Amino acid sequence: MSASQIIFYLISAFILGCGILAMTTRKIFRSAIWLLFSLVGVAALYFWMQVEFIAAVQIVVYVGGIVVLIIFSIFLTQQSGKEMPKPPLGRNIAAVLAVLFGFALTFLLINKYGFTDQGKAFDWSVNKIGTQMLNTGEQGFALPFEVVSILLLAAMVGCIVIAMRSKPEEK
Amino acid sequence: MSEIPVTHILFVSTALFFIGMYGLFTRRNMITMLMAIELILNSVNINFVVFNKYLYPEKLDGLFFTIFIITIAAAEAAVAIAIIINLYRSHHSIDVEDATEMKY
Repeated sequence: MSASQIIFYLISAFILGCGILAMTTRKIFRSAIWLLFSLVGVAALYFWMQVEFIAAVQIVVYVGGIVVLIIFSIFLTQQSGKEMPKPPLGRNIAAVLAVLFGFALTFLLINKYGFTDQGKAFDWSVNKIGTQMLNTGEQGFALPFEVVSILLLAAMVGCIVIAMRSKPEEK
Repeated sequence: MSEIPVTHILFVSTALFFIGMYGLFTRRNMITMLMAIELILNSVNINFVVFNKYLYPEKLDGLFFTIFIITIAAAEAAVAIAIIINLYRSHHSIDVEDATEMKY
């Protein structure tokens, strides 16, 4: 077993362990911190696959943006030390069964199909990504790029409008 | 690099997806449900990158999908948290069982 394989299995165990803890711990703040570790593990998996650009985007947006936003909203909306109520036993058993059967089905499907490695080197570079992202011709992603930028603007304005406290009559 | 079969990476992302589904089924707190959705989106991202890297190494479409999914996830989390804060102001609770005015 080579070092690369050992590192892969360590990263996978880290991601899945932190994910399970994030979904089962009963304190909401700890749940957010375990989610943060799990996302860092996913970034490590991208580093292992040598797609460093996606790993950097993952760390900047998820770890630096979304988790911080979630932690802020936890502090704004509830006591972080309070334990959440346990889910009812029936719902828990049903959820575990559904998840196990779904996992088994997908596992069997993937195993049966058996994707094979093409064996070629993956040649990406930030230069290529940038050129293709803003290219309007064949294989270009200029239109989705503009649509996503409009979506981000709409989401920003929408967030401000939704979360704004409305009391104009107090003046 | 190539000693790991592609299927093993896919098993990891499948397991992450179903961990997120478990959280979505059992949790009733809106913020933790949002966290479960983030885990699910991450497993999808891993799949896109793996398929691009190992099955179509001459193209870049999977990387673009991953970048767009990460962007849209950020927008979705921001809107969801704005809605949660607004709901907390009116109901003093972010449990989904407490917000049932629009049911029926």
